[in-house]
Amino acid sequence: MTTMKAEKKTFKWDVWKVISLSVLAIYALFLIYPLIKLLLQAVIVDGQFTLEYFQQFFSKNYYITTIFNSFSVSICATLVTLVIGIPLAYFYQMFEIKGKTLLQIIIILCSMSAPFIGAYSWILLLGRNGLITAGIKDLFGIRLPSIYGFNGILLVLSLQLFPLVFLYVSGALKNIDNSLLEAAENMGCSGVKRFFKVVIPLCMPTILAATLLVFMRAFADFGTPLLIGEGYKTFPVIIYNAYFSEAGTNHSFGAAVSVIAILITAVIFLGQRFINSKFQFTMNALHPIERKQLHGWKNIVVNLYCWIVVMISFAPQIYVMYTSFQKTSGKLFMPGYSLDSYKTAFENMGRAIPNTFLIGGAALIIVIILAVLIAYLAVRRNNFLNKIIDTLSMVPYIIPGSVVGIALVIAFNKRPLVLTGTAAIMVIALVIRRIPYTIRSSVAVLQQIPMSVEEAAISLGSSKLSAFFKITVPMMANGILSGAILSWITIITELSTAIILYNLNTITLTLAIYVNVSRGSYGIAAAYATILTCTTIISLLLFMKVSKSKEITF
Amino acid sequence: MSVNIKIIDAVKKYGDNTIISDLSLDVKEGEFFTLLGPSGCGKTTLLRMIAGFNSIEGGDFYFNQTRINDMDPSKRNIGMVFQNYAIFPNMTVEKNVAFGLKNRKLPKDEIDKQTDKFLKLMQIDQYRDRMPDRLSGGQQQRVALARALAITPDVLLMDEPLSNLDAKLRVEMRTVIKQIQNTVGITTIYVTHDQEEAMAVSDRIAVMKDGDIQHIGTPKALYQRPANLFVATFIGRTNVIDGQLKIKDNKAYLVLPGDYEVEVDTIKKEEMHDQKVVASIRPEELIVSEHNKEGIKATIDDSVFLGLNTHYFVHFEDGEKAEIIQESKIDSIIPKGTQIYLGIKTEKINIFSEDGSRNLVSGVVNDNDVYVK
Repeated sequence: MTTMKAEKKTFKWDVWKVISLSVLAIYALFLIYPLIKLLLQAVIVDGQFTLEYFQQFFSKNYYITTIFNSFSVSICATLVTLVIGIPLAYFYQMFEIKGKTLLQIIIILCSMSAPFIGAYSWILLLGRNGLITAGIKDLFGIRLPSIYGFNGILLVLSLQLFPLVFLYVSGALKNIDNSLLEAAENMGCSGVKRFFKVVIPLCMPTILAATLLVFMRAFADFGTPLLIGEGYKTFPVIIYNAYFSEAGTNHSFGAAVSVIAILITAVIFLGQRFINSKFQFTMNALHPIERKQLHGWKNIVVNLYCWIVVMISFAPQIYVMYTSFQKTSGKLFMPGYSLDSYKTAFENMGRAIPNTFLIGGAALIIVIILAVLIAYLAVRRNNFLNKIIDTLSMVPYIIPGSVVGIALVIAFNKRPLVLTGTAAIMVIALVIRRIPYTIRSSVAVLQQIPMSVEEAAISLGSSKLSAFFKITVPMMANGILSGAILSWITIITELSTAIILYNLNTITLTLAIYVNVSRGSYGIAAAYATILTCTTIISLLLFMKVSKSKEITF
Repeated sequence: MSVNIKIIDAVKKYGDNTIISDLSLDVKEGEFFTLLGPSGCGKTTLLRMIAGFNSIEGGDFYFNQTRINDMDPSKRNIGMVFQNYAIFPNMTVEKNVAFGLKNRKLPKDEIDKQTDKFLKLMQIDQYRDRMPDRLSGGQQQRVALARALAITPDVLLMDEPLSNLDAKLRVEMRTVIKQIQNTVGITTIYVTHDQEEAMAVSDRIAVMKDGDIQHIGTPKALYQRPANLFVATFIGRTNVIDGQLKIKDNKAYLVLPGDYEVEVDTIKKEEMHDQKVVASIRPEELIVSEHNKEGIKATIDDSVFLGLNTHYFVHFEDGEKAEIIQESKIDSIIPKGTQIYLGIKTEKINIFSEDGSRNLVSGVVNDNDVYVK
């Protein structure tokens, strides 16, 4: 080995620098560029700077009310999920619950269906002509309160999102050392008092993280209010309407509303960050909490609580599956059973199923490769360039799905790069939407692996890249794979971005359900929904098999 | 093939923060060389610069005549043993040991032969098909060592390899490491903060503090004639006592608390003048006498009987405390509160300048002196 020249020291090209720059280029093209185009579209009309569209938004009470509506329904939904989810997680981790594995699977399933499917099945159950509404009216002559509007959105979002709180808080409870609880008891703090004085504070960082996640999802969700909100308009619905009501390629008002949406979510995100920084501590359970068997009425109450909450939120999905096998005539369900809905589903939009797997699969592969590389850069190559990448990778986290869709349309519907209407733009959108989560989980996996293992490989003669692929990636494999399956489930149930970008050639299962629900073809929608749910269940079982930890993070 | 390692004026910076400045070092071929110092002294940083995992901001690193500053870590032909062993958890013991050989694209039978040899040498032959999570700490340590040595490296680097083991295993493994190093005859740089461990394994030790080398020498040289007060206190235990150096009739006298005066004939010529000094007197360099009233007056606070030796904890008249180690006697231990007089083995003690930076006693061997400008 000869001595190297000194000038090479100033900037050495190593393979990871090339990867850094490539990743940066990808972000610049598919994230920064569309966002800049979106902003320009909002403030520049015919080459002139204008705030006209922002004025239009803020001058009408109608629009401002939607922001208020969104906030009130999201805040309420977040509070309800916390009130339901935290005790559920606490009971689940502290006490023996009958059939706890099944219970957990169902909870996870609840969180994984697209929210609007929940909305639509609640309409089937509690709507004007819903099964339960009609039943109670016939039996008791009582009219149930209307499910449309605020109440309905709150119901659907709460039941949809409390599983996230459950999963987050369960994870935190697993990290609490049993001796902390014993110490508290020893000092005279037990039962409910201990729950509020010791357990909740210990879980606080996690609860805050869950709160943000739930709030963001509730705030950005637009399928639910669109279906069940009726007159109660929320902000995402306005984004969607603004976009579709504008003719041709002029999306200025839609762009302006999108910019406002990003500003709102960014403020919330930064606020949470600030609060979270006050609650930082780490825990490591040497002796995790062991589940106790309760006796007598306590046992009954705890078991009932868990199962009733979970079954209420799962009921709509079961009912949807049931209706998929009912006979239909036009838009109405008829007595008797048949597979006609499935037949029509396959005939009308047969493309939806292969599309789901092709578009979803392509997005998944890209997400995994990019996420693993970015996680590696963030954890192992901490320099200025990679800090930028790390920050950029979190940007999609705060941008509502429909805004991602609108930004991509604005950026790529004109030359030089025309992508609208292609499967490629769907893939890009799904990658952008999903990548922050996959990066976070990959970072968590990577942080568990000491750097010295890789250094050992390098000192034994591996190149940097082969050390990464031969040693680090196999060690990450388990974590990557289980993360991938979860990404897969969220990708196939994604609606808010895809609905702006799809056309008949790129329609997916979730979109097909939405299209049929909005057309009133409930039978066909139910058939698609059943296929989607089965795909989700199979993916989830696969996850359970692959993942040793049985930990699910979003 | 073993090499000699030469480091000239090494500089390490993190941003504007200089961790190591102008550090020079010469490790002989086949030598077992230890970097010893408290945590944060820069010893691991230096080791990782040699390994190539830390960038080098200045100076030159040579293996024999080859400058390695810009050489890729994978090309330096280094065997490294990490603090947490860094065993690949997804590979069996055998695959771990063979990993480096496979990277060299050696023929298969040679890989097998070499792997076999080191599995046997480290006595882990019977675990060859096990996964690492089914090995004890000591066994993992052996795998790490076998893996590092299997590639017949020019240099073996070890970063606190024993710190994760329990006390008994630590003593056992350091003997193993020393023996293997002797057998293989490879130039070794070993990092530790445990001075006893360093003394047990090393040919020579470099004591580091705040990124500077304080003293390089054999364990004996470091213990008996430390270059400065820091080395004296870091290596072994010692009592640090303030005193005066007085010159009368060309003879040097050390004046200790209670105006006890004792002649010392080991003071360097150039230091023969009256000055304030700090004496470092190791516990075994004090002699207890109960009846002979010659020496420093002290009172016994406590005693600990450890079989071979008995430790006494005492205080002087001015309140300063000291520790004494005596070979245990058959008669009873001196009770607490007894007033005693302490004599001194003057040829053994070290006397430092008031700031502790120089040893005034002759006979200090410090290989670092050649680099001090």
